[in-house]
Amino acid sequence: MAKLTYIKAITDGLDVCLGEDPKTLIFGEDVGKNGGVFRTTQGLQDKYGEDRVFDTPLAESGILGLAIGLAATGWRPLPEIQFMGFTFEAVDSLGGQMSRERFRFSGKRSMPITVRTPFGGGTHTAEMHADNLENYYVGTPGLRVVTPANPYDAKGMIISAVENNDPVLFLENLKLYRSMKDEIPEGKYTVPLDTAKVAREGTDITIVAYSAEVNESLKVADKLAKENISAEVIDLRSLSPIDTDTIFKSVEKTHKVVVVQEAQKMAGVGAQVTAEIAEHAIMDLDAPIGRVAAPDSVYPWAQVENDWIPNADDIEAKAREILNY
Amino acid sequence: MAKKTGQAIDFASIKATMSDPYKKTFQIVDKDAKIVNQELFDTFSDDQLVDFMKKMVWERALHEQTMNFSRQGRLGFYAPTYGEEASEMGSVSAFKDQDFLFPAYRDLPELIQHGASVTQGFLWSKGNAVGDDYGDQRNWFPQIIIGAQYVEAAGAALGIKKNGEKDAVSFVYTGDGGTSQGDFYEGVNFASSFQAPAVFMVQNNGWAISVPRKKQTAAETLAQKAVASGVPSIQVDGMDVLATYIATKEARDFAAAGNGPVLVETLTYRYGAHSSAGDDPSRYRTKEEEKPWFDADPLIRMRKVLGDKGLWSQDQEDKLTEEYKDSFKKSMKEAENTPTQSVVDMLKTTFEEPTPQIKADIARFEAKESK
Ligand SMILES: Cc1ncc(C[n+]2csc(CCOP(=O)(O)OP(=O)(O)O)c2C)c(N)n1
Repeated sequence: MAKLTYIKAITDGLDVCLGEDPKTLIFGEDVGKNGGVFRTTQGLQDKYGEDRVFDTPLAESGILGLAIGLAATGWRPLPEIQFMGFTFEAVDSLGGQMSRERFRFSGKRSMPITVRTPFGGGTHTAEMHADNLENYYVGTPGLRVVTPANPYDAKGMIISAVENNDPVLFLENLKLYRSMKDEIPEGKYTVPLDTAKVAREGTDITIVAYSAEVNESLKVADKLAKENISAEVIDLRSLSPIDTDTIFKSVEKTHKVVVVQEAQKMAGVGAQVTAEIAEHAIMDLDAPIGRVAAPDSVYPWAQVENDWIPNADDIEAKAREILNY
Repeated sequence: MAKKTGQAIDFASIKATMSDPYKKTFQIVDKDAKIVNQELFDTFSDDQLVDFMKKMVWERALHEQTMNFSRQGRLGFYAPTYGEEASEMGSVSAFKDQDFLFPAYRDLPELIQHGASVTQGFLWSKGNAVGDDYGDQRNWFPQIIIGAQYVEAAGAALGIKKNGEKDAVSFVYTGDGGTSQGDFYEGVNFASSFQAPAVFMVQNNGWAISVPRKKQTAAETLAQKAVASGVPSIQVDGMDVLATYIATKEARDFAAAGNGPVLVETLTYRYGAHSSAGDDPSRYRTKEEEKPWFDADPLIRMRKVLGDKGLWSQDQEDKLTEEYKDSFKKSMKEAENTPTQSVVDMLKTTFEEPTPQIKADIARFEAKESK
């Protein structure tokens, strides 16, 4: 066991995947010698060679198109898109192609592709380098969208994603890359791709969140605990599909729920969670469903970013509103 | 007996000769400051020569002062332009006010030469969208999404043509890496298809972050990528400000005269890191690789040419540099005195008329921001 950051845990997981399966390939912009602009693939080209870990020309649709062709010829691609904002350049590969191939080939062919990309905000980057575009992708049938909220899950989930035979969009949170450390077991272990995790047990209110907002929610749970209010925090981990069982079980116990996301509010993950609860568990509730999300503007430039991203204060205020309903 | 394949068409020789028209890089003053094209050199007046030097000194001073501000934490994202002064100043000087500029993130100096203020440049870097209030300037904001500006420039060129504007073009910049994007080809090809007045600039500075030019394509030059769309092109010594200017000016004249688009590739070098955001070139290139480019420096070259004519002194250059830097400090003060943006400002510029959801968001943030 070693204490690793979120980013090192991902590197470690990628290392396990490359070591286990000679058909795995890592490629993208600057992932080779430079080890990625964040150093997520640091050392992997040295260890596995340029045939397995390599730089491509600068083109995102090229990178994901390459992944599809490589998968068609028996490879297991792990392409990196340098920032999630650049996936817009490759939307056809994601939504028009790789997610549909299994269906097109009557289930006989699969696309075991794991697309890794950093997302989220709060790190004062240039425009289009911070974004929460998950709302676009969760509506893509045939594409899994997952995101770990801590280093332990990051390693276990990247290994599960690579082993999975469907395309997975693996979202890595920019702010978490270097701000968290966990004890990480050596070698291989997996964390399932489609189950939510109860990050903290509680009985009075359920807070459903994912990625960096899980930490914000845990802060709120700590604070409420001092007043003997017991909040349960659920980390979705998988944004598509959504593990509704874990959510319903919690709501049945607490009767109150707040759904949190860093992304803009319109449609998307929080809206889906809210709708599922309304559809299947509304009788368990004794207050309206609370929502915390970013406002429906474009993602702001650096200067106002931190006022815009929902934080623990916003979650606490909403939780109190629902608790006092 | 079956015939050996590969005899009817000699692909090997096609491959070996297809770059022939691009073998010679266009140049007027070489790296040792020798004038290699006297006839063209003589078309420049002394004032013009001094003006080009001043612009390059201005750009280098801007770079140095910006790096200072950056180290002091007074700026956000910044892409250094050190080494690319001839390429940027030589090219932008060829355009007129009525030409529409689509810059990339490394083209703040061209944007400023084309009418934006230094303060606007700083505000953009600080992440304050007020910096993008360009009024009536024919400038677009510095593009972050590599390639997007190329297709948009084709659209502006078509718009200019449809407007019936007689002496105007759109012009656009990307780097060597940018030429790998699908958008690059689409932009060039669309402008070609519509025979629209666009000038496509490719600043080949050798690197796309850590990826060297040779990994982008096996094509010998980037200029020749235009050929496939029926667009004429040229590769220029981008460390030679005069050659860059002449090539770009003639490209502009050709396009403005209704002959369709042109592409110009400038051979230059990114002396420093990719950006202010923690790139470390020592991870992927050596000092030995860098040296010939420092030796080919555009300012060294012009210093010598102008010095020989008695038009320039180091003393004069140092004074100018100080003057420029003082003015940049004033611009920085101005940027710092510009009110920071609020979330409410952002929400108000999402749609022309705020939607019901946005109105609710505005109310929520107004309450928060007034606290
Ligand atoms: C669509 C897109 N993909 C990736 C990036 C990240 N990125 C920023 S600059 C850069 C390299 C660009 O190289 P080049 O086009 O040669 O221009 P230079 O930066 O050298 O001026 C990359 C990969 C981006 N900004 N946009």
